[in-house]
Amino acid sequence: MDQTSNILENVAFSAKKTREVATVEKARKRKRISGADLAFRICNGLFMIIFVVVTLYPVLNTLAVSLNDGTDALRGGIYLVPRVFTMKNYVTVLQKDNLITGAFVTVARTLIGTLLALVSNAILAFIVSRKNFMFAKQVSLFWVVTMYVNGGLIPTFLLFKSLGLTNSFAVYVIPGMLSAFNMLVIRTYMRGIPDSLEESAQLDGAGYTTIFLKIISPLCKPVYATVALFVAVGQWNSWFDAMLYNRMSSDLTTLQYELMKLLSSVTNQSSSAESMKNSNGTVTPTSVRAAATIITMLPIICIYPFLQKYFVTGLTLGGVKE
Amino acid sequence: MNKKAITWVEVKRQRVLLIWAAIITVYGIIFHYLPLCGWLMAFQNYKPVTGLLHSQFIGFDKFRGLFSDASFIRVIRNTLAMGVINLAVTFIMAIVFAILLNEMASKGGKKVVQTISYLPHFLSWIIVTGILHDALSGTGIINTLLVNFGCIDQPINFFAHEKYFWPIVAFANVWKETGWNAIIYLAAITSIDPSLYEAAAIDGAGRWAKIKHVTLPGIKPTIMILLLMNVGNVLNAGFEIQYLLGNGLVQNVSQTIDIYVLKWGISQGDYSLGTAAGIFKSVVSIVLIVICNQMAKRHGEERLF
Repeated sequence: MDQTSNILENVAFSAKKTREVATVEKARKRKRISGADLAFRICNGLFMIIFVVVTLYPVLNTLAVSLNDGTDALRGGIYLVPRVFTMKNYVTVLQKDNLITGAFVTVARTLIGTLLALVSNAILAFIVSRKNFMFAKQVSLFWVVTMYVNGGLIPTFLLFKSLGLTNSFAVYVIPGMLSAFNMLVIRTYMRGIPDSLEESAQLDGAGYTTIFLKIISPLCKPVYATVALFVAVGQWNSWFDAMLYNRMSSDLTTLQYELMKLLSSVTNQSSSAESMKNSNGTVTPTSVRAAATIITMLPIICIYPFLQKYFVTGLTLGGVKE
Repeated sequence: MNKKAITWVEVKRQRVLLIWAAIITVYGIIFHYLPLCGWLMAFQNYKPVTGLLHSQFIGFDKFRGLFSDASFIRVIRNTLAMGVINLAVTFIMAIVFAILLNEMASKGGKKVVQTISYLPHFLSWIIVTGILHDALSGTGIINTLLVNFGCIDQPINFFAHEKYFWPIVAFANVWKETGWNAIIYLAAITSIDPSLYEAAAIDGAGRWAKIKHVTLPGIKPTIMILLLMNVGNVLNAGFEIQYLLGNGLVQNVSQTIDIYVLKWGISQGDYSLGTAAGIFKSVVSIVLIVICNQMAKRHGEERLF
């Protein structure tokens, strides 16, 4: 464990050094500001402000609509602040049985799917990153090929059908358990861990299981967090598998799929009468959908800023080196 | 493989790794390689009752059928057009955004802008298309702005005209992925040797000259590699957004190969035709990757393999 803390210290040290270099550079930059420089900065600042507004406005607007009275919202003109404030849209959404079931299934698939994917990708990456493992190269190649060649929608559909994965929860978590991309991201990170750690553990009599669980995995927390975020977001956002395989089982549909049904019902205006039925006329399909949209994106908005330092490093490592 | 001969002692020592590798390989064969056998369907008159093994072989009839179908030709055009447009605009936007963000003087501002820029990447296409529908509706912000600035007299119904569909899809892609795609360029920019900038400054280079002569050459390898990877994906550029945004009025320009596969394969039950269309897409993608890779190789640029 001594070496572990040594490495961590090294990492911390180099991070500090980078910061120092950056500060010095910044001070140096600040000294000379010419006219052209200033003009550039102002234009750049303006560009960034426009960029942020264009990115954030639609989300904030949806939030405002979701908090506004439905019939009133149809008049238009709601930008960032609700005009007639109400929580009715949210109440209506939370009373819809299919949305509640969808939310439950989505939470379950995100938790179980992420855990399964993380464990299996970590094990695979561990195996192929062992330098003396006799089939490391072959197993790597076997998976990299799957990145470029796949059977396509219909063969996959028929396979899942014959495996009995249709109308089941398993179709959400089993087929996507392993992916070459996630494996490569973890493998790259694991290769950066010094071999001497493994060797000294082996001298102490540790087997591969111990090395994986006690030596490598604790050091891989950042990359595990990255991959977990990728998989979790994918699970949370996915709707196509629900539509394709579990459309017939109403207790297995997901939140996004229900949201899509809500969206298409609003777009076609066909079932709007049905959506209005259980309201007091203050809730419209549009306002209910806004509320459902906010509820669906809320968990992600809350989580991703905290994990960004991980995925930025993870993505860069995985991307640049492969 | 390792140069050392496989000895019984080694096998015994590595048995944990071997067992795991075996399990994972079996899984991989089932879920990733077995569907490839399904490609046989494209050359058969596949009937679910007779199955893959006993269906009648008909050679390339299904492919011939595909290419004599005017709607499939249109679908190829749409896929290619949207793929190329999306690739071009998202690519350029990500690079421009990364460079401009890197030039931002305020460190705090940089961080805030960057954090906000990832947000759309984490939203599903369902949410993004819902937001688009709102923004582009008759009372949405775009029409309101256009009317108030006097550009148009009447709100435009953006989803009813074919000419707006491709630009909408391109904009949605830019909105969703610019910040995310920029991460990798930002990382590449950070790894450029700072002394190069100092040398350029001594030579009297201004900001633009530095961007042109130091930053861009510095991230060129990254640009090349990503371009290569994405060119192979040009035919993959779109299923969800086209499926979610498309409607009867714009289906001539909105349908892509994947939607065609879904429509014929799953909804109409012609598994053979759907598979043939899927194979066409995969083969073209792989050919594109190989061609671009060879071109990169010839010009001495970065390459995938």
